[in-house]
Amino acid sequence: MNLSLQHISVCYDNADGTQLEAVRDVSLEVEGGQAVALIGPSGCGKSTLLRIACGLLTPTSGSVRIGGEELAGPRSATALILQDFGLLPWKTVYKNAELGLRIRGVSKDECKKRTMHALSQVGLADMANRYPKELSGGMQQRLALARALALDVDLLLMDEPLSALDALLRESLQETLLKLWHENRHAHVLVTHSIEEAVYLGQRIVVFSPRPASVAAVIDNPHMGEEGFRTSQAYFECCTEVREALNRVVATDARSEASQEGRLA
Amino acid sequence: MKNSRMILKRIGCYVFAIAFVLAGWHITAVLLKTPALPTPAETIPVFTQYAISMWPDFLISLERVVLALVIAAVLGVPCGLALGRSPRLDALFGPVLYIMYPLPKIVLLPILLVLLGLGGAPKIALIALTIFFQIVVVMRDAAKSLPEQTIESVRSLGGSRWDVWRHVIIPASTPDLFTTLRVSSGIAIAILFFAEAIVGSTGLGHFIMESWSMVNYPRMFAGIIAFALLGVILYAIFDIVERRLTRWKR
Repeated sequence: MNLSLQHISVCYDNADGTQLEAVRDVSLEVEGGQAVALIGPSGCGKSTLLRIACGLLTPTSGSVRIGGEELAGPRSATALILQDFGLLPWKTVYKNAELGLRIRGVSKDECKKRTMHALSQVGLADMANRYPKELSGGMQQRLALARALALDVDLLLMDEPLSALDALLRESLQETLLKLWHENRHAHVLVTHSIEEAVYLGQRIVVFSPRPASVAAVIDNPHMGEEGFRTSQAYFECCTEVREALNRVVATDARSEASQEGRLA
Repeated sequence: MKNSRMILKRIGCYVFAIAFVLAGWHITAVLLKTPALPTPAETIPVFTQYAISMWPDFLISLERVVLALVIAAVLGVPCGLALGRSPRLDALFGPVLYIMYPLPKIVLLPILLVLLGLGGAPKIALIALTIFFQIVVVMRDAAKSLPEQTIESVRSLGGSRWDVWRHVIIPASTPDLFTTLRVSSGIAIAILFFAEAIVGSTGLGHFIMESWSMVNYPRMFAGIIAFALLGVILYAIFDIVERRLTRWKR
């Protein structure tokens, strides 16, 4: 598995006939088993990139390849986890977790085995018969994770998966994500607003410019995943590096806005 | 233990509700002092007296209204959901719906009588026609207001169009269907009464109007109670089925 985005651009047609450029010439390589974090100002088009990588959206120009093959639509070994978890309130925890397998036509026995394994991996095995609304926010997010894990994915795409949770839960779920990444050896691509989260969960951190999204900086984070990383010097240094890169991006944006306003005046 | 106490509590609520209605009725009857409105005490023995002779008419009316609702739902649910999910279909048929929905279908009764005769068919058709549009309008809105994120999540799992229907659109709109059915059951029964009172020689509507023309007010009231029971039964059936199908809502 090797995700390769080449020169991706996305334009939306606005209702008034004008065009909105969401993504401009983004290239990104994610190798099998790699952990990549995407960070940038809100509304900059990072989520659009994830949907493209998932096959839900076709870019206006550029190519998406997975394992060397052009991506034509959602593929079975990719999972996407959304900010609001995308759970179905009318299905029990178990039925939610097994949904992906059922859609793929996996046999009932196999379904059960893999679903229960995934649920126990995220600590929800004894909640199987509850409904999502009976779960706390953190548990709902774990369930969304279990649904993805049951599929035996090699690529896990996450769109701000933890942003709806409070700080303590966030950290514990970051641990879960890291643990699962270590155990399952899938590649993950995480879109986040949090510098700490990006550094904690990304071997590589890609910093995006404001809309239209383009790659402003790529920061390597070789110590990610090491024991005690969260309190290490390397972690703080990397956070600082990402913060500076983000500040530069926002500063250039402010300058270009100011110069545009100057021209208008 | 907890369950049986809840059932007792619900029965208690119904007993109170019945007592409340009967008390209101009694007070009104005493105040009005007209033979057209006998007191409950006078009516209930009459009701039991006429129950057996009313039974065939009751069954006929029940059959008509249930059949009409089933036809309306079977045709209306797919139409409404399809309109709500397809902007192209909606652009084409939305205006048709806009014109047809507020039109009082009851005025079409003479036409239906000419087309379908004087039996049960025109009555069933009239009710089905009315309820069909109610269901289409509600189901269309339900399908339109679905959370796009849940659809996206099913699609991201590799779900086909049919998977989206099966796992999202249909279960998500089920509560709305039952809300319409419960609201519609009152309208359906009202239309049934009207249609049966005007033409034909069967059904509770005819029974009531026949009693009225015979100036047999207790018999008429027995019919009215039976009609009320018909409504309560329908409502209760929808309520029970809805609880079963939408357990996740509670």
